[in-house]
Amino acid sequence: MGSHISLLLVVVPLIAAPVVAILPRGRLPWAVAFMVAALCAVLAGMQLWAVLHEGAISYELGGWAPPWGIEYRIDAVNAFVALIVAAIAAITLPYALLSSEREIPEEKIPLFYSAMLLCLTGLLGITQTGDIFNVFVFLEISSLASYALISLGRDRQALTSAYQYLIMGTIGATFYLIGVGLIYSQTGSLNMQDLATILPDVLHLKTVETGFAFIMIGVALKLALFPLHLWLPNAYTYAPSVVTVFLAATATKVAVYLMLRILGMVFPQGFALTTPAEELFIVAGITGIIIASVYAIYQKNVKRLLAYSSVAQVGYMVLGIGFASVTGVTATLVHLFNHALMKGALFMAVGAIIYRTGACRMEQIHGLGRTMPWTFGAIVIGGLSLVGVPGTAGFISKWYLVTAALEQGAWISVAVILSGSLLAVVYVGKLIEALYFKPMTDTGNAVGEAPMLLLVPTWVLVLANLYFGLDTDLTVGVAEKAVAIIAGMES
Amino acid sequence: MSAETLLLTILLLPLVGAAGIIITRHNPDVREGVTLLSSALIAILVIVLATRFFDGEVFALTLIEPLPGIAIAFEIEALGMLFALVAGILWVVTSIYAIGYMRGHHEKNQTRFFAAFAVSIAATMGIAFSANLITLFFFYELLTLATYPLVTHAGTAEAKRGGRVYLGILLGTSIGLFLLGILVTWTLTGRVDFQAGGILSGHIDPAWAGLLYALFLFGIGKAAVMPFHRWLPAAMVAPTPVSALLHAVAVVKAGVFTLLKVSIYIFGGEFILSNDITGGLIWVAAATILIASLVAMTKDNLKARLAYSTVSQLSYIVLGAMLASKAGLIGASVHIAMHAFAKITLFFAAGAILVASHKKRVSELNGLGRAMPITFVAFFIGTLSIIGLPPFGGMWGKWYLGLGAVEAGQLLLLAVLMISSLLNIIYLLPIPIRAFFSKPESGEHYTEIAEAPKSMLLAMVLTSSACVILFFYPDPFYRLAGLAAGGY
Repeated sequence: MGSHISLLLVVVPLIAAPVVAILPRGRLPWAVAFMVAALCAVLAGMQLWAVLHEGAISYELGGWAPPWGIEYRIDAVNAFVALIVAAIAAITLPYALLSSEREIPEEKIPLFYSAMLLCLTGLLGITQTGDIFNVFVFLEISSLASYALISLGRDRQALTSAYQYLIMGTIGATFYLIGVGLIYSQTGSLNMQDLATILPDVLHLKTVETGFAFIMIGVALKLALFPLHLWLPNAYTYAPSVVTVFLAATATKVAVYLMLRILGMVFPQGFALTTPAEELFIVAGITGIIIASVYAIYQKNVKRLLAYSSVAQVGYMVLGIGFASVTGVTATLVHLFNHALMKGALFMAVGAIIYRTGACRMEQIHGLGRTMPWTFGAIVIGGLSLVGVPGTAGFISKWYLVTAALEQGAWISVAVILSGSLLAVVYVGKLIEALYFKPMTDTGNAVGEAPMLLLVPTWVLVLANLYFGLDTDLTVGVAEKAVAIIAGMES
Repeated sequence: MSAETLLLTILLLPLVGAAGIIITRHNPDVREGVTLLSSALIAILVIVLATRFFDGEVFALTLIEPLPGIAIAFEIEALGMLFALVAGILWVVTSIYAIGYMRGHHEKNQTRFFAAFAVSIAATMGIAFSANLITLFFFYELLTLATYPLVTHAGTAEAKRGGRVYLGILLGTSIGLFLLGILVTWTLTGRVDFQAGGILSGHIDPAWAGLLYALFLFGIGKAAVMPFHRWLPAAMVAPTPVSALLHAVAVVKAGVFTLLKVSIYIFGGEFILSNDITGGLIWVAAATILIASLVAMTKDNLKARLAYSTVSQLSYIVLGAMLASKAGLIGASVHIAMHAFAKITLFFAAGAILVASHKKRVSELNGLGRAMPITFVAFFIGTLSIIGLPPFGGMWGKWYLGLGAVEAGQLLLLAVLMISSLLNIIYLLPIPIRAFFSKPESGEHYTEIAEAPKSMLLAMVLTSSACVILFFYPDPFYRLAGLAAGGY
């Protein structure tokens, strides 16, 4: 069995997706999708275990040897990201049952779950593959699926948001593809490992440098790096709650992974330092943290507030990449994981409020914290993690990030990271004040606590936020191992 | 009980109490019973712990280690023992008081109040027993968050505004400056544990050490050093038991306690003294002492006046921490205990006045002393102890602080302490004098006003007698202070 796990992770959801689409309405499509996601999570866990204990896995698709055939190459870095994606999917799907019944027209439910599985396929595929063209294929699979998912939102704006994302996402994918093409023209190879050996000899070529730039911009668009983030707030705001949870916790994370992989393991170490890329990352990260956080403070829509916060959090991750140090990249990987936990929990809690009230504007949620105490508790703890209060996962991220900045004497970055936390205090505080301290607006219908099926997944993530704030064996341990691989200290 | 179990029990008991309070919320009598029981147990356990500590027993406990070198760990050293002793003993007194107050004042949401109160105590104990900066920071933030619902308890617009200032300043300074200080310390030394003699010496250029010290001085917002003192007056919208225990003892003392810990165990007294690290910063504390006293004089609202008095008194301790000489550190440590007993008495009295007569302003108190003699005698004793007159405990703190200033050759600082004592007399003493000797403006006699509920009186009698007893028998606190100050 061994290495087949890596293939199954992609193939199982891929085959399940059309099957789910033709299933009858009702809860069967959900059940199948959930089982597939759970299976993927188990497989991803096994894969990570295998990688950590037996070393990197190389799987040749169809038995064609690389660099000619497509190779799936799994090391600690992508096994880690794949586990995040699959685990989040497995936690999100139980939540999806009730939430999607409330928000999505009944006749589209099978298609919805089919698209979810396709999106999962794409995201897992990006993490699994060791071929830069194959990455593009999976990127498109996941993107097309997410355009469809976003357009299922209740508001009419969902359509324009999906369209906006479609345009921006396509530009990003096109840029990526152009970059891949340029590099292929000079190296004749698409395999990442192969490229890593060929590229050092051709780095002086302008074509390669241009290709690098195209790829970086393309990926930066997908990960919503400020100022290329414009698609994200709308997409997150108007998508169905489940979709927002899933995309916020996984899609940008996979894009960050892709960026790390190309920077650190396709192009040789230190190449980015010879280009303006690293400075650009730091500048974009810093401005993104500040501006997006300030934007978040002024949002009237809860989901949009959290979406802007996501843009800011992407800034942290890119900042870590920009430091180009072991601690910096560790911070990025740790935050990748932790941010998936916090934003997943927060968007789930907001989704529970939408489930009960249909509302997600600040003035509509006044006083709901008192009638929905568990949901409110989830928002409080998720918010504290976002701020980076010790005892939560967010603290670990901030700790590594600031340490990385201090190591380099990057005082501006230190100030920005800490101010980012303070701005988070303000927007999380606004949310909590609205939920708890403002008098309830319409007293007509008493709102009850969300159903268990929504609360349990939310609290799984909330407790994970606390757990990974205290036990960092998995997060920091794996991240450090992954960084060792990226830095070429280990293979 | 083994040492570790005892330590863990003290940390967890208030949390168990909080859970018990929530479970028994439908029966207020049982609920208050839970509060009394857990606070009494804590007081006993803390005293047991102190005796065993004096016997030379060593307590240390590492709970978990999230990151290599960074653990959630506890230990007991003299200063933390002193702080825990003060907070633990005063919690039970405050609980007795609070039950009378909350019922007498017909407060709402009493379950939330008592539960959050218990969590705050747990956080305070965590701060007292922290073995490193990270653990301390964790409980420091927990204390801020746990006291927030207490500050905003009334739910009025004023309470919300107060809560916003409270959270804004305390979280802002702690994340922006205190955490930065911890991170810089970690980057320089690779450790964050409290170590006798300090850990920074040799790792930092003394010229920059002053800057790092400033990060701690201003970052530890709970110490209420100007200009980050505004949260304390803002927190006065809370019910009086909260102001009494948390905003005169636990929270603010947690601030100055942290600063003392940083001085003694991170920088090290030797290192501070030999490099004159705090030479400039010490004037910030001196200025706070004087300015806050002057502001207190202008406040007619009794609790606001007491709050500014607290700001001023806290900077005595900050000043001692920065003097870093043996006498200075002893004075600062002793003052933590002495000021706690005196100031809590004053707040208890202010709350009793509010419950009994619904009066909040100093100018309304004329003649009230005859209607409420016990309250105002207690207030008078508290006042004298704050001023620092014998035979009251407050004298010892000022004595050693003055001694420290003289030792350091800082006669100007000694003058500041003297002037401040005079100012204390001017803004505190008129209050009991008014109450006893002035006639009410309207000419009426307060026949309809009687003393506050008995439980509140009992609490006041206990703390005011403690002020006297501590003059003659300051020994446990003095010994602990001596041990802490001798730690380098």
